Amino acid sequence: MIQFNNVTKICNDDVILDSVSFEIKEGEFVSFVGKSGAGKTTLVKMILGLEKPTSGEVLFNGINFSEADPTALQDMRRKIGGIYQDYKLLPKRTVFENVAYIMQVEGKDNEEIEAEVPKVLEAIGLGEKLNSFPDELSGGEQQRLAVARALVNHPDIIIADEPTGNLDPYNAYEVISILQKINQSGKTVILATHDREIINKLGKRVITLEKGKIIRDEAEGRFII
Amino acid sequence: MLTNFKRIAKFAMDDFSRNKGISVAAVFVLTITIMLVTGLFFFQVAGNYLTSQIQSKIDITAYFNSDAQESDILNAKDEIAKISGVKNIEYVSQDQALATFNQLHKGNSVLSQALQQVGDNPFLPALNITTNGDPAQYQTIANVLQTSDYSKLVSKVDFSQKKDIIEKVYSMISSINLVGIILGIILIIVAILVVYNTVKLAIENSSEEISTMHAVGADSWFIRGPFVIQGIIYGLIAFAICFVVTAISAFLVSSKLAAILPGFSASGYFLTNWWIFVLIQLVFGMGVGAISALIVVKKHLDK
Repeated sequence: MIQFNNVTKICNDDVILDSVSFEIKEGEFVSFVGKSGAGKTTLVKMILGLEKPTSGEVLFNGINFSEADPTALQDMRRKIGGIYQDYKLLPKRTVFENVAYIMQVEGKDNEEIEAEVPKVLEAIGLGEKLNSFPDELSGGEQQRLAVARALVNHPDIIIADEPTGNLDPYNAYEVISILQKINQSGKTVILATHDREIINKLGKRVITLEKGKIIRDEAEGRFII
Repeated sequence: MLTNFKRIAKFAMDDFSRNKGISVAAVFVLTITIMLVTGLFFFQVAGNYLTSQIQSKIDITAYFNSDAQESDILNAKDEIAKISGVKNIEYVSQDQALATFNQLHKGNSVLSQALQQVGDNPFLPALNITTNGDPAQYQTIANVLQTSDYSKLVSKVDFSQKKDIIEKVYSMISSINLVGIILGIILIIVAILVVYNTVKLAIENSSEEISTMHAVGADSWFIRGPFVIQGIIYGLIAFAICFVVTAISAFLVSSKLAAILPGFSASGYFLTNWWIFVLIQLVFGMGVGAISALIVVKKHLDK
């Protein structure tokens, strides 16, 4: 599904990623771990097509991100649901509008949006907050909204970049358990984190990065740095 | 397509009403700059009127000898009329000149006695010529009158006596026009930059939002559209305010301006040319607002 072939990224003479190669298959739950600055976020941005490699290639379902035209890139991004540490919500839109936006981008009709969005928000525990703005929600609620937004279009892949970074342990486990459920439903989940406890409890594939290089890739890995 | 447009328009309206502070600031700056552009246009109109008034007052008179044949003078008139820039040319015979003089000084016994003492009609036949005010035209006319056909007939041309003054006035008018154009261009560029920076500040506030929209796969028009429509809304509101202010100002200053520029009516000009004001204010307001938004969002998307 996703392939990194000998990918190197250099920014201002700093090597961010150094000859990184791996493959993620459909339905996998893969965690990228490493210290801050190890290259996790750059890797996530490349999977979203927001960064281009200096050399090497990133393939999504066989299509090279670097060679895709803007329309193809948008289509690929729509197949990926992103969850971020800073939530990346639309601050001037309500909870309902934040989730609806993703469906509007896909060109879904209003009836479908009106029916689907409240269901997703209800499932995520935000059914009572449809008309609230993001800054009126707690950190945990904002992250759940980000999860709802990532799920609403039934994407092929969920990418979570440090999704628990700003959350207390209770909310952090809630988000991780949602990601596990998503994976159990057959979706591919990619998680970038430096939370040792979460990784060790997951018992899933772990790719460890250090200074832009992959130093470990284990099927049932643990957090070892 | 239509659904997308409706959504983009709704986003724009929501953003406009939810960012009241930024919206008010952007409309205020646009209003001020549109007023500046309108003011420049109005001064240009008043300046042109003043220039044409001064130029219409400058004319040239060619006096012919008293024994010159009327047919020769009329030949000269026809030839001068062919020169480009000659707006009007009028033949005044000796008798007409005398009649006009008598009419003007009716009841002035001293002048009447003086005329009786002279005996004959002392006035010379003449051609009164009005041009577009360019001194070069006067020189061309003088050259025609100096050709062998007419030089013997012409007694004097008053242009040569007023030449320096005419050239000074013309050069002054040309300089004022040039300075006006340069100043106008500079002020319009400043106005565009001010609007651009205001729209830029308003959009910078949403830079995180733009990158999020980009990341979730929104196409560029779905991202740009609301900002461009917001720019148009800023322009429309600013236009409405400016148009009302312009109309009220034109009527308020009309009498005062007429005292400085006799015959010029600001309110009359506004009533007959209101559509020009609509065009300038709408095109400037909406155009600069929308184009600024387009450029700023494009820069964000290209990052």
